[in-house]
Amino acid sequence: MFRRRRSAEDFAEEIKSHLELEADDLEGEGLNAEQARRRARVEFGNAQAARERFYLNGRIAWLDNFVRDLQFAIRQLAGKPGFACISLLVLALGIGTSVAIFAFVDSALLEPLPYANPNQIMAVSESGSRGPGTPLSYPDFLDWQSLNKSFSSLDIYTGAGYLLRTPTGTEAVHGERVSGGFFRTLGVRPVLGRDFNLGESQPGGPNVALLTYGAWKRRYESRSDVIGKTIDLDNRPYTIIGVLPQSFSFAPNGNAEFWVPINTLSTHEHSRGFYAFSGIARLRDGVTVQSAQNEIRGISQQLQRQYAINGHDLNANVTPFSEVVVGNVRPILMTLLGGAGLLLLIACVNVSSLVLVRTENRRREIAVRGALGATPMRLIKQFVTEGLLLALLGSVGGMLVSLALMRLLVRLVPKNMAAGMPFLASVGFNAHTTAFAVSVALLATLLLSATPMLRLSFQQLRGGLTDGDRGAAGLLWRRLGSNMVIFELAIAVVLLAGAGLLGRSFYRLLHVPLGFDASHLATAEVSVPSSMYTTDEQVVALYREVVRRATSLPGVESAGITSRLPVQCDCNTDDIKVVGRPYHGEHNEVNERHVGVNYLSTLMVPLLRGRFFTEADDKSRPGVAVINRTLAQKIFPSQDPVGQSISNDEGGHPSVWQIVGVVDDLREGPLDADIAPTEYFPMNQIGEHSFTLAVRTSQQESELLPQLISALHQINPDLGVSNEISMIEKIDMTQAALLHRFSAWLVGGFAAVALILGVVGLYGVISYSVGQRTREIGVRMALGAQRGTVQSMVMRQAGRLIFAGLSIGLTCSLGTSMLMRSMLFDVPAWDAITLVYVSLLLGLASLVASFLPASRAAKVNPVEALRAE
Amino acid sequence: MPFLGRMPSQINTADRVTILQGTLDLLILKTLVLGACHGQGIARSILRQSEEAFFVDHGSLYLALQRLEDKRWISAKWGLSENNRKARFYSLTAKGRQQLVDKTNEWQRLTKAMGLILNGGPSNEEA
Repeated sequence: MFRRRRSAEDFAEEIKSHLELEADDLEGEGLNAEQARRRARVEFGNAQAARERFYLNGRIAWLDNFVRDLQFAIRQLAGKPGFACISLLVLALGIGTSVAIFAFVDSALLEPLPYANPNQIMAVSESGSRGPGTPLSYPDFLDWQSLNKSFSSLDIYTGAGYLLRTPTGTEAVHGERVSGGFFRTLGVRPVLGRDFNLGESQPGGPNVALLTYGAWKRRYESRSDVIGKTIDLDNRPYTIIGVLPQSFSFAPNGNAEFWVPINTLSTHEHSRGFYAFSGIARLRDGVTVQSAQNEIRGISQQLQRQYAINGHDLNANVTPFSEVVVGNVRPILMTLLGGAGLLLLIACVNVSSLVLVRTENRRREIAVRGALGATPMRLIKQFVTEGLLLALLGSVGGMLVSLALMRLLVRLVPKNMAAGMPFLASVGFNAHTTAFAVSVALLATLLLSATPMLRLSFQQLRGGLTDGDRGAAGLLWRRLGSNMVIFELAIAVVLLAGAGLLGRSFYRLLHVPLGFDASHLATAEVSVPSSMYTTDEQVVALYREVVRRATSLPGVESAGITSRLPVQCDCNTDDIKVVGRPYHGEHNEVNERHVGVNYLSTLMVPLLRGRFFTEADDKSRPGVAVINRTLAQKIFPSQDPVGQSISNDEGGHPSVWQIVGVVDDLREGPLDADIAPTEYFPMNQIGEHSFTLAVRTSQQESELLPQLISALHQINPDLGVSNEISMIEKIDMTQAALLHRFSAWLVGGFAAVALILGVVGLYGVISYSVGQRTREIGVRMALGAQRGTVQSMVMRQAGRLIFAGLSIGLTCSLGTSMLMRSMLFDVPAWDAITLVYVSLLLGLASLVASFLPASRAAKVNPVEALRAE
Repeated sequence: MPFLGRMPSQINTADRVTILQGTLDLLILKTLVLGACHGQGIARSILRQSEEAFFVDHGSLYLALQRLEDKRWISAKWGLSENNRKARFYSLTAKGRQQLVDKTNEWQRLTKAMGLILNGGPSNEEA
């Protein structure tokens, strides 16, 4: 029925020809031409009606009406470009933001792991006094692996750094050491070559390596003959046996390029007390997380009894691996999604109120059309069509905005963080996102079509003809509009309060006491090829040379080396006892750092008691230690720690360390963590093959870094130098800082948009109301009201709205800030200062927005206002 | 006496359409058996053949023509009348011819049955 065989013109032509033929016949019967024509017309009946019937017969009326409504709607929009642009912009922003954020939530929370049956993959760890997530020791791993029945497989992984010999020199590269079944546990198969075999994963097995797809492409130009090739890692030959698929990524170490089996263990790693390996396991079908955890806990306790490890309060922990990957971004994403949802709501409310104003202005048109016979249904359809068009265009705009926003947000995530978020690669339009986008669009359509319908049904159509809006009809709309504005202002308060709290958290975080001077400090990580520096004397001599060279650079004040820079993590922990004190199995877990002679003084850590390390503290002397204030207060609350000794059980090193000094709390862990007890041992008494150099300079750190690298390479070109960066930047790039910054900025952006939308909405309502009340104001002024009185009358009306919005918003923000408590740092959820500022900001902005229409009201000329009616 | 033509608009629409459609369609098809004809010719022919008993409402006629054309029982093309006027000529298709046979049979069965009931005996009206 959609095809029209004949045009209406053709049909009219036929009727015309009929009339002519009939007239001819009648003329033949004896009538004159004029009579014949008239008679033919009379006999035919109503030709117009016939044409109309023909027209209607050939079409589907509703489709026809729809097309006409659509054309009318387009004309309506085009006729009011201001209204159209603002509505579409607001809608597109609201829809776009929420869809983009949803895409992130979807890829991060719904599909976080690029592995087979990702829900079965569990992180297995010890959970100690420091909370869950402590790695396992190698012997524990072997026992857990053989004793458990909950997992189809259990494997371990640990990060590793290597020096890769390349044609152009030595390069420090990231690798990962994994147990043999690691890739089978994940369900990942090499795209080229093979996985590790049994012999390769046994201790003493051959040196083999798997390449990531990226490393294969970048370093070996994707050549297939790379399999079987030998590469040089840390001066040892490794045979490449396979290439991992492109889709493979491993969040805990996103930068790893070389994957080698754990078949060579250091002396430490053989110890049951050396917790260095993260566990990953696949649950058997039908086994729950809880039952697996119970089983592993039982095994762990049995092992602790068996090996008399009674100093530990360690407990096994099984958590979904996705939790490890996205656990820390979840609250942020949920907050952002909430913020985006609120923004969408404001956008819809704003556009609805704009539509309402338009409906109101078209009262006369509606009334005229109603009087001319348009049924209420036709009028409603007309408005639904207009809402549909607006929502459709807005949604299309929203899709474009969301595409741009997704790209922008992915790029906003810093590289070193993105490596830990493999799910970022999958952010985009997929089935979930599309479904979400469509439902948002439908919701917007519903809202935009329903609003004028609500208005229409409330309204006596005929009343519109008399116009003027003097009656009660306008009152209802004013109330509805006002309620909408209160709603918008309340949402703006919630978002502003959230942004304020996050901003303050971020500020607090950046100003948390570090315990050292982070400015003018340049750092670089150095890897020492162990084949070239075999003896402790050689290594210690290298330390001295490195510090000497660095210190002799222009502008350098001092330099020192450490096993790990501050403000990174509370990791590399040790379990200590106090010598000469009865031991009751208590657990003393402390951060363990190995530092060079001038390191603590280079960082400008205040020395509270005793002394720093000296060159005299070497392997020939008994072990010495410096502890931080927190540790001193913890284990020597009433004694002088200097002169006391602590012991640990590390193979190969002194196991008793005499405390020679106490330093103030130097923040080793992340910005948002409490200060952990920390011990410092002299690097010279331990002798590690990788360390980080910290250099205090009087000039810019960035100018020093290149000189520092070349100075190091002058000592030995085979030294691997990596991650050269200033301490300030290093802190800025820590996850704690990044997460807080990211969330503060994004929620701040939402809040700014919400503020603008809310204030614009208020402005719209007040100026509309002033426009409607022009006559009333004119009457008041004619009866003697002063301009000031009129102005304050309008301002009072606005004030009531602002006050209602603020109080509702503040009440709601109490609830929302409790929800986002976990993201706050050092700021209470009910932070009075933030809320006062938010109220002031919103209140002032709203007052300015209502002042303009109020002063316009005061300028009303009573004579003109009354005449206009 | 079957009633056809200008009807008071108060008559129930559903009744009018069914009766009208069936009969008018049949009359048009029957008229076109004699050869191609334009709308005005068909109207005149029905009027003349029914001895002026049927007055055809022209609006209904043209709608019926359109309907039959849509069903492909008749086809139409523009041509010139005997007195050199442009006119749209309708002619029967094969399908239309078959329909005429079927409809005529149907109609005869109907009138026979009606006659039996109304007259208490076989209808004396022969088609």
